[in-house]
Amino acid sequence: MTMRPISDDDLQRLLDERLDAARRREVETYLNDHPEARARVDRLVALGEEMRAAFAPIAAEPVPAQLNLSRIVEARRRPQRPVWQAMAAGLLLLLGGAGGWGLRDVVSSAPAGIEALAQAASMNYAVYAPDHTRPVELAAADRDELAGWFSARLKRPVGVPDLSSSGYHLMGGRLVATQQGPAGLLMYDDGHGARFVMLMRPMSVPGDAPMQTHISATSNGYAWAQDGLGYSLVGAADPVVLHPLANDIRRATAKKI
Amino acid sequence: MTDMMRLIEPLIPVLRRYARALLRNPTDADDLVQDCLERAVGRWHQRQVDGDTRTWLFAILHNLAVTQMRQRARRGAHMPIEDTAEANLAVAPTQESGLRHRDLMSALDALPEEQRSVLLLVTVEGLSYAETAEILAIPTGTVMSRLSRARDRMLQLMDGAEAAVPAKRPLLRRVK
Repeated sequence: MTMRPISDDDLQRLLDERLDAARRREVETYLNDHPEARARVDRLVALGEEMRAAFAPIAAEPVPAQLNLSRIVEARRRPQRPVWQAMAAGLLLLLGGAGGWGLRDVVSSAPAGIEALAQAASMNYAVYAPDHTRPVELAAADRDELAGWFSARLKRPVGVPDLSSSGYHLMGGRLVATQQGPAGLLMYDDGHGARFVMLMRPMSVPGDAPMQTHISATSNGYAWAQDGLGYSLVGAADPVVLHPLANDIRRATAKKI
Repeated sequence: MTDMMRLIEPLIPVLRRYARALLRNPTDADDLVQDCLERAVGRWHQRQVDGDTRTWLFAILHNLAVTQMRQRARRGAHMPIEDTAEANLAVAPTQESGLRHRDLMSALDALPEEQRSVLLLVTVEGLSYAETAEILAIPTGTVMSRLSRARDRMLQLMDGAEAAVPAKRPLLRRVK
């Protein structure tokens, strides 16, 4: 009886140690008679070892807190809508007066660059943060869709920063209009009714711009640009709270793209 | 619930490895694994009870990775190899092994996506051909042919890098 011809599948199976003993012997015999095939197999064995060695350290690393399964399960259990409604009425009253007046102030000049970005963020904060019917258009559950939407409209990859480690949860976001074109607006909350927004849009000049503080009657904010993308973080919270958060976001987005 | 924890948790290190090997950026890779875990937790009750958890998780991760890589490709975003090769090493490389490592990574990057995933799942993750076929939702025969092509292409690409002769396609493409 003649031996079944050796196929490339046999050689692959040899490399992956998936041949039974009898077939393995046949393949080895074949390789002994075919130095060229032997050379290829030897190199492929070495390649496999090299690949495994190159990636082995990753599986040995400690799992980062971000991937702690208990935390992920816990985060899913937390109610999506925090108990902030009670505060909303009061907040709305406040914004009706102060917010409107604050806006008049901001709208009167025509700034550019980071200033314009900060202004757009403050305006959108004043409009959307107190809204309790539909503060966001896409909820946080559609995170991927949100990132895809922004990326498509801003014509560059835009990430949706996760701030849960700082105690803030993404509520969702929407696309908004600015003087300079479409911008992505994300809204976060701390689970106790404190909200802030982050506005992102491409800047007309590429590169980075240092972080600037902007304080209006109703909100505090930080704006900066990174690799041509402008970011502005605005909230009613004290700068002591907002500033480190802005730094966190800047750090997180620095590696993303 | 405890069943879920018991079955998923031990697999997180290998999911991270596969994600990192595919995306090559540690932050992106961990974000992807996080997405994968969130989905897995959310869909735990939807999985086939007799199905293999590892295959199921790898399939979720792979689909998320492919979506992300295609979006990235469409937008033309590019991650310079120089920034990431070092980050993938747990130990600082000696110069020679560092170069070798870089050649290996560039060759992997130059593989078509569908060949790269087969090669990684079989060679690095040690999955069977049948499991790989299930994860990628392709026939086992296709796994075999892609695997063979991927391996030969790797040798070709690494030869090209060593001889400093440009291979058929450029090893390092820089967009910026």
